[in-house]
Amino acid sequence: MPLARTDNATLFAEGAVSTLRLIVYLAFAVALMVLDHRGNYLESARHVAGLVIEPVYRLASLPAQLARATRTAVVTQDQLASENRALREQLLLAQARLNRLDALVAQNERLKSLLEAQKNLGLSVQLARLINVDLDPSRHRIVLDVGANQGCTVGQPVIDAQGVMGQIVEVLPNTSIAMLISDATHAIPVMVERTGLRAIAYGSGEIDRLQLPNIPISADIKVGDKLLTSGLGGRFPAGFPVGEIRKVSPDRSGMFIAAEAQPAAALDRSAEVLLLRDQPQPYGPPAPREDVGPPASLGGPPAEVQP
Amino acid sequence: MNRMRIQGWLFAGSLFVAFLLQLMPLPPSLEPLKPYWIGLVLIYWTIEAPDRIGLGFAFCLGLVADVLVGELLGEQALRLLVLVFIVLRFRARLRFFPVWQQALAVLALLLNDRIVMLMARGFSGEPLPGGVFWFAPLVGMAAWPLVFLLFDDLRARLRAGE
Repeated sequence: MPLARTDNATLFAEGAVSTLRLIVYLAFAVALMVLDHRGNYLESARHVAGLVIEPVYRLASLPAQLARATRTAVVTQDQLASENRALREQLLLAQARLNRLDALVAQNERLKSLLEAQKNLGLSVQLARLINVDLDPSRHRIVLDVGANQGCTVGQPVIDAQGVMGQIVEVLPNTSIAMLISDATHAIPVMVERTGLRAIAYGSGEIDRLQLPNIPISADIKVGDKLLTSGLGGRFPAGFPVGEIRKVSPDRSGMFIAAEAQPAAALDRSAEVLLLRDQPQPYGPPAPREDVGPPASLGGPPAEVQP
Repeated sequence: MNRMRIQGWLFAGSLFVAFLLQLMPLPPSLEPLKPYWIGLVLIYWTIEAPDRIGLGFAFCLGLVADVLVGELLGEQALRLLVLVFIVLRFRARLRFFPVWQQALAVLALLLNDRIVMLMARGFSGEPLPGGVFWFAPLVGMAAWPLVFLLFDDLRARLRAGE
């Protein structure tokens, strides 16, 4: 029996060598963690290993996909299913447009048509599907089937038909990973649609709850208020629904109001999501127009033109 | 020779399946209860075939797991190192426990693993998870007899097939 060769001698204690090796390896692991925490090497390592990782992700998502596929196959015909899917994509896009329109109408009423720049309703999006992979239950991440090759970049906002879902935090060649707004390390600048009150909504680590911890005690906020992205910070464009206030109560110190909101987006359900293309925020004065002044054709020497 | 090779395939295959299971999604309500499959499978092989598994192997496997599912490079390497070291230490006794006692030992191992994980995350400045965080080791304990009996049966079949 080849397995038992070292065991007889050491029933209760291994040699000191093993402990020493453990310490060396532990030190190595801790050093790696510190280095990675400082320098974020894991991301580049994953990018390099993307060729291997992505097939594993797809493989791991197969059972869930299979379950969904068989369900559609049993209920309807194949053609119907694909038509349904196409329609759903269109609906998603239309609803997202509509949401944005609503928000902008409200904003314009309130802000005395000061924000001319925000009238631009062009919504440049990219449709992505979720890959059914669960990276870590205690972190709220989703894996999408678009990556660097499809033009996806870190920081792009992710939305669904109902509202903001999160943002891209990591891009692999054909896959990307997004952090949901409910993740405990996520925060998103919001404003209350009714009053324009600005706040920050932190993720709570629970999929159906956002926290707004530091609202001034005198602020006008109540249950049922809708939260929109405020556009501050430049990451999320303004005017997308984020959630709805569910609970308002004074916090422990009594100095602030702590509110809880329910995310508007279906964070645990959406199968298709939209990635917003970069919409650079208009910082500072607008760039000078190119074609100002008299037309260039008038610049010719006048003496030759006159007969 | 052939038997060794088949065993090797079983070994590699079980680890691969453990990775897939770790990645596989569950309904959202069950998600925090997902046992640490990689840890469970590694415990089994450490008990049954310690000549394949050393600290170095645990470290490398942990790095692979980090690249695949993790957030911080080295976190799972640390967890698996601790896990394998403890199992190697007490292997001679663990082997001859009845399954239910082994399951209790696995519970202790997985709880310890959670504590190591909490420490690693605490140092990297992440917020502490809620109470559900501690349920997964219980599920792991419940899953242990399945893992153990399944692999024992598979290996017995392989041996009988010779």
